Amino acid sequence: MSARYDLCVVGGGIHGCTVALFAARGGMTVVLVERGSLCREASGVNAGTLTMQMTRVALIPYALEAHAMWASAATWLGHDVGVVVCDGLSLAFTQAEAELLSYRAGKRREAGAPIDLVDAKAARLVEPGLGPGVMLAGHCKIDGFANAYLTGLAYRRALIEAGVTILEETAATAVQRVQGCFEVDTTGAPVKAARLVIAGGVWIESMLGWLGVTVPIKVLVNQLAVTERQRPVMRTVIGIASGLLSLKQYPHGTTVIGGGWQARGDRERGGYELLPDRLVGNVRLACHAIPALKEARLARAWAGLEAETRDALPAVGPVPGVPDAYVCGSVHSGYTSGPYLARLLAERILGREPAMPLFPIDRLLDPFERAA
Amino acid sequence: MTFPQRFDLIVLGAGPAGGRAALTAAAAGLTVILIDEQSAAGGQVWRKPRAERVPARTDGQHGEGLRAALDASDVTLALGRRVWSVTEGFRVDSLGPEGSMSCVADHLIVATGAHERVIPFPGWTMPGVMGLAAATILLKSESRLPGKRVVVAGRGPLMAQVAAGILAKGGRVVAVVDQMRLTGWLGALPALATQPRLLAQGGGWMGRVLASRTPWLFNHRVVEARGADRVSEIVVTSASGDRRALSCDALVIGDGLVPGTEVPRLLSARMWFDRLHGGWIPELTADFETSVPGLFCVGDGAGIRGALQAGTSGELAALAVARQLGRKTEPARLARLRRAFARASCFSDAVAAMLSGQTADVARIGPDTIVCRCEDVSRSEIDAAMAEGIRDINQIKHVTRCGMGPCQGRMCGDTVQELVALGSRRSREEVGAWTGRPPLRPVPLGDLVGSFDYGDIPVPEPAPL
Ligand SMILES: Cc1cc2nc3c(=O)[nH]c(=O)nc-3n(C[C@H](O)[C@H](O)[C@H](O)COP(=O)(O)OP(=O)(O)OC[C@H]3O[C@@H](n4cnc5c(N)ncnc54)[C@H](O)[C@@H]3O)c2cc1C
Repeated sequence: MSARYDLCVVGGGIHGCTVALFAARGGMTVVLVERGSLCREASGVNAGTLTMQMTRVALIPYALEAHAMWASAATWLGHDVGVVVCDGLSLAFTQAEAELLSYRAGKRREAGAPIDLVDAKAARLVEPGLGPGVMLAGHCKIDGFANAYLTGLAYRRALIEAGVTILEETAATAVQRVQGCFEVDTTGAPVKAARLVIAGGVWIESMLGWLGVTVPIKVLVNQLAVTERQRPVMRTVIGIASGLLSLKQYPHGTTVIGGGWQARGDRERGGYELLPDRLVGNVRLACHAIPALKEARLARAWAGLEAETRDALPAVGPVPGVPDAYVCGSVHSGYTSGPYLARLLAERILGREPAMPLFPIDRLLDPFERAA
Repeated sequence: MTFPQRFDLIVLGAGPAGGRAALTAAAAGLTVILIDEQSAAGGQVWRKPRAERVPARTDGQHGEGLRAALDASDVTLALGRRVWSVTEGFRVDSLGPEGSMSCVADHLIVATGAHERVIPFPGWTMPGVMGLAAATILLKSESRLPGKRVVVAGRGPLMAQVAAGILAKGGRVVAVVDQMRLTGWLGALPALATQPRLLAQGGGWMGRVLASRTPWLFNHRVVEARGADRVSEIVVTSASGDRRALSCDALVIGDGLVPGTEVPRLLSARMWFDRLHGGWIPELTADFETSVPGLFCVGDGAGIRGALQAGTSGELAALAVARQLGRKTEPARLARLRRAFARASCFSDAVAAMLSGQTADVARIGPDTIVCRCEDVSRSEIDAAMAEGIRDINQIKHVTRCGMGPCQGRMCGDTVQELVALGSRRSREEVGAWTGRPPLRPVPLGDLVGSFDYGDIPVPEPAPL
């Protein structure tokens, strides 16, 4: 049989690719097994927002580190994903939203995110494109966005340079542990490795099942829309207090409208259908925030799958009871924070102490299994 | 948002296929709504002329007949409406002068026709170059000429129709540049002769062109269009490589038709690749039902077969819907329609063969030639992506942006898939097609949102903190 790698990573999204990259740079021989192409699921179809104002409070310290990573992607990744660093605003149009915003911004500030609450006038200085009716805004200078659809190409180049063996169009189907080594069955040839990382996005639930571990993963089906090119109408990342809007205009003139409105989809079929009322709802929020968007035409809308654990915190750490197996995923706003969390995991796999704690999944096992 | 209106059947597209489907279903007692973007029924072939300008022509009479029948029927006509969303159930959302409208039905017949294939060559994006189908629209509904000295080029009978149309309106055709050999046409004659009326019509167009002493260059193709700010000259070559330049002020060119399959794709109907009938089409039963129960595809969107079979397919699908809804349909009528459809295949397959995509045409595209005109992506950029090992057609779109522009990939999709198949030595089946996404056509955000109160937006629960 073929060579034995130091590490096999299953799943080539932002998490899998980053673990593979840093493990290989740390000296390991690495194989990355991806069912389709690199970063074509959540990591290629997401909104690319790199924001603190939608990040979970517990993840703020990680997201700040990750934001710095994205801002310097040219140095560590070496290839362009179109990162733009700019100001971000989270808006409140009603009293209830203002209260929600004050509370949430306060919590995030305590966790280290430099968010200031500003009035409509100050907000408009930051973003002249704002429509009327803003009551309060959270202003954060650490914000920005990337061109998510370029992620796969950038990582592909970096991984090849780092010597990672990339097996695309190859799905993993099962894993056995044979003589202290993982044997990964795939739709191509089987792969052998001393260590295993499960980084299959919303599919980690069944992958953990291969190792006899049960961790339920909820599937979110996030809807996104993009306009045709248009004159510059905004220069910041815009959200609203509830988090149900994310909005930014790319340098080439298109604007991506998101915020986590749900479409129809599942693990088998992906995000297969967008509901017209929800598209209109999402677009109404966008046009309310930036009225000049009404001049643009809607070019395309789509949906992608995002993983969520029971407590909506990441699954990043060792797999309990299975030495040398790890899981990496289910990170809320995972495009922002994923690279940093995955790098921390790579540190652990390389036998170093990560700079911040991981998020082991022991907490997510059902009590019966934990006792056993 | 207004409450969706319920019908027994929604028909999308009011050409020969959709028109017949709607009339048939209404006659069977079903409640039917027929939606089309054009402000009058007739579709592409039976397009309504601007009344004050042109007298009704032979083709137009079919259109007039259809329009009169629809006006006299119980079909609810929703014309001048742009459909942007079609979802399970089926729910159809459209925008028109009176704002947005939603309707629902358990049965949906899609008759949205085909779009034109133009295989890129240097200069094809220049002003003065247009598709054959676009030129027929200009001639039929606007009664305008594409130019004063026009070169007509490409493949198939539409060239003859356009050239004859230009001559009839007093325009000049510099030459017809035909990719087919004369022997190709002659070889197709027996099959074409199975529909004498259509053959006579086509022969009439061709005869008029030849009688005008317009040069008909068989086995020639356009290799370049040149000009400062508008086409002023085109370069053509014969199969043996003789080049020559033709001076002109317009080039009308078309390399066949591609079925418009956006709706079945959106609804995840199973598709297959049928090169003869234009490319990717839905898998269909004998009643034109797709793999999605209740969803039917008829006309050119179900495979390029022309107006004759379009009407028959529309009628068959509508009768199947009527049957599924418990109406009785005469077996003799069904048998007659099926026979008529089968009989017409001999003719339509011969025409479809002229209009189908040719791998060799695509293989010839030069590296610097723009393939995706919306996003300015050249062939070399697509090849470069493949040279990096990228094979996934959606990933190619991502890294090059080709197909991401306003035409949503309708113009370049077929060509890009063919290029990727060539470059990765895989079949078109293996390469697949871009994932279908709403909106069906770009829609202005302002129209989509209409007027609304912020407080009425059904904003979901906030994510956990
Ligand atoms: C529409 C949308 C918008 C979003 N917007 C943002 C945003 O603006 N900002 C932000 O920070 N986050 C955003 N997110 C979240 C973010 O995209 C995800 O958290 C992150 O990309 C998840 O990365 P991943 O590597 O865990 O998963 P994925 O990117 O899904 O990667 C998993 C990979 O595993 C592969 N795989 C599955 N099964 C197998 C198998 N059997 N064998 C081999 N490979 C397999 C898949 O093909 C896939 O490539 C958004 C998510 C979505 C869906």
